[in-house]
Amino acid sequence: MTQTSPAPVSAHDEHVGEHLLEVRDLVMHFPIRGSGFLRRVVGQVQAVSGVSLDLDAGETLGVVGESGCGKSTTGRAILQLHTPTAGSVRWEGKELTELPKQEMQAVRRDLQIVFQDPYASLNPKMPVNDIIAEPLKVHGRYKDGGPARVKELLQLVGLNPEHGNRYPHEFSGGQRQRIGIARALALQPKALILDEPVSALDVSVQAGIINLLEDLQDEFGLAYVFIAHDLSVVRHISDRVAVMYLGKVVETGERDEIYRRPSHPYTQALLSAAPSANPEIEAKRERIILEGDVPSPADPPSGCRFRTRCWKAEEICATEEPELVDRGQGHPVACHFAEELLEVINPDDVTP
Amino acid sequence: MSTNTEGPPVTRDHEPTQVADDGMEVIARTQGQMVLRRFLRHRAAMLGLGTLLFIVVLAYTSIGYGPFGGWWDKSFLRTGTVLDGGRPTLFTEGFALGEHPFGQDNVGKDYFALVMRGTQQSLVVAFIIGIVTTLLGTLIGAAAGFFRGRTEAVLMRITDAMISVPTLIFAAIVAAVFGRTGIVFLGIALGVVTWTGLARLVRGEFMALREKEFVEAARAIGTSNWRIITKHILPNTVGVIIVTATLAIAAGILLETALSFLGLGIQPPDVSLGSLITEYQTAMVSRPWLFWWPGIFIVAIALSVNFIGDGLRDAFDPRQNRVRD
Repeated sequence: MTQTSPAPVSAHDEHVGEHLLEVRDLVMHFPIRGSGFLRRVVGQVQAVSGVSLDLDAGETLGVVGESGCGKSTTGRAILQLHTPTAGSVRWEGKELTELPKQEMQAVRRDLQIVFQDPYASLNPKMPVNDIIAEPLKVHGRYKDGGPARVKELLQLVGLNPEHGNRYPHEFSGGQRQRIGIARALALQPKALILDEPVSALDVSVQAGIINLLEDLQDEFGLAYVFIAHDLSVVRHISDRVAVMYLGKVVETGERDEIYRRPSHPYTQALLSAAPSANPEIEAKRERIILEGDVPSPADPPSGCRFRTRCWKAEEICATEEPELVDRGQGHPVACHFAEELLEVINPDDVTP
Repeated sequence: MSTNTEGPPVTRDHEPTQVADDGMEVIARTQGQMVLRRFLRHRAAMLGLGTLLFIVVLAYTSIGYGPFGGWWDKSFLRTGTVLDGGRPTLFTEGFALGEHPFGQDNVGKDYFALVMRGTQQSLVVAFIIGIVTTLLGTLIGAAAGFFRGRTEAVLMRITDAMISVPTLIFAAIVAAVFGRTGIVFLGIALGVVTWTGLARLVRGEFMALREKEFVEAARAIGTSNWRIITKHILPNTVGVIIVTATLAIAAGILLETALSFLGLGIQPPDVSLGSLITEYQTAMVSRPWLFWWPGIFIVAIALSVNFIGDGLRDAFDPRQNRVRD
């Protein structure tokens, strides 16, 4: 999509080299193999197709989108847990996709991840002390003051250090997520990728984790890539938001821009689906009902990927893929018919 | 293990680890200590361990081993006069062993000495088979399941090829080659043909575990493959490995029995429990004790090893530690 035209003021091109983390045209395809003896590749699941993101020190970038749109895959590809098919991931100017293993180790100290499922992301056979000490041991920092550091980390995330010799199954979901956060913080990173850190948790527990994350951000100046599908949580925590649909970013901008003036039809539909806690507004709320399902990422539609479900779709949408550029909305939108739509919903309704 | 609370000596094993209410003092136990503790509390395992220890001690002290003599004065090689049709004298006159506690065979050999010798040899073969099988199976299964791709294809095709040949035939060929070079080599050789089942199980476990998020988390930290395998995945497969290993030991005893039956295992005049059973199977009706004694020992060894394995598996599983007394 992008090799041809650097011409329009694309969302990010102007600042290349200035951000903590820069993702450019990230592509992540997974091969589909046939069932035959040779297991030939018969197709590609295009999980992520040309995503560009920026992250500055100390800020929170919210990444929203429905299940299967490639949010988590993007997060993992940034960390090189999946080797990206194409595109570039730059951390402090270093290209991670080509970084030798040794240097990647150094980057891993600065860039960590918290996983979605607090039950699967902790080794059930390891006591919590060992889980949190693991990053220190791997990076050779355990010898001087390791146990003390583990205690400190447990305290930091609001757990009792005395419980360090317990096993993960002895903790609740929220406590386990705190353990996961402590592990991610062990090496004093600069940025965390939070892969749906609260979506597996009870609503009452979510608030506690969100507040903890905000406190940690204030204390250590952490930058977050906050991946989620919960719009109100993203609104609460993010400085900027990127909306993804079927492996592409369809709209990105400052949080209030996106939430108050969504311009992409998908974003509009997504925001209109968020329920309000206020019953009066909830009763009047107009919802945009999308028809059909998300198309298969193994066989995405031509042109604009949203056109199969879009009420504005015209011929151009099938033939020409819309660039993610500012068409006068104040922030980049990937839609030929992006419009300025004021106040879909009252911004104060959506509270976490 | 909630059953532990029954019975009178409840307070017996309270250790000074109880939380002192004032100071919130919790004594940290290492993982090894906790595993040991859980193992020692596993009743079936303790029973099995006791039985096995008794058999081992009995077998090695009674007739001695190698240059070391034992307290039993009869040799398993020496023939003698058959007394009372060779009937066992154990407990016939009160609580005493008598002249031939397990009886005699048709040429007057002391059957107690024979069974003890057979037990010694069977134990050695079985444990060597167990160790070799576990090492090979775990190594090959882990490599195949973790690295996937070409490594897996090659290793698993070798495994398939070995599985497609009946174990007994394979073992017979191997035993024919190595059987005469000594019992240790026989054990190793048999272990080399019996690892396939464990390799498949371990591979399956590894394939499932390597996709788990905690392994991904370890990768995100920058953990080396070796450390991921040994610290993160292997501890989660311990249950499977131990159960299979104990089964392999039990199966090893039986495999050795089968080979001895074919005349390929332990070579006479030496004996194993298997060769005793096969040699005297025709005496089943006339002198049933010649059949029963080695049979009882085989069952006792196999069962106690399985119980121990059960206990070990439970001990390695931290989720078993439910009761906090």
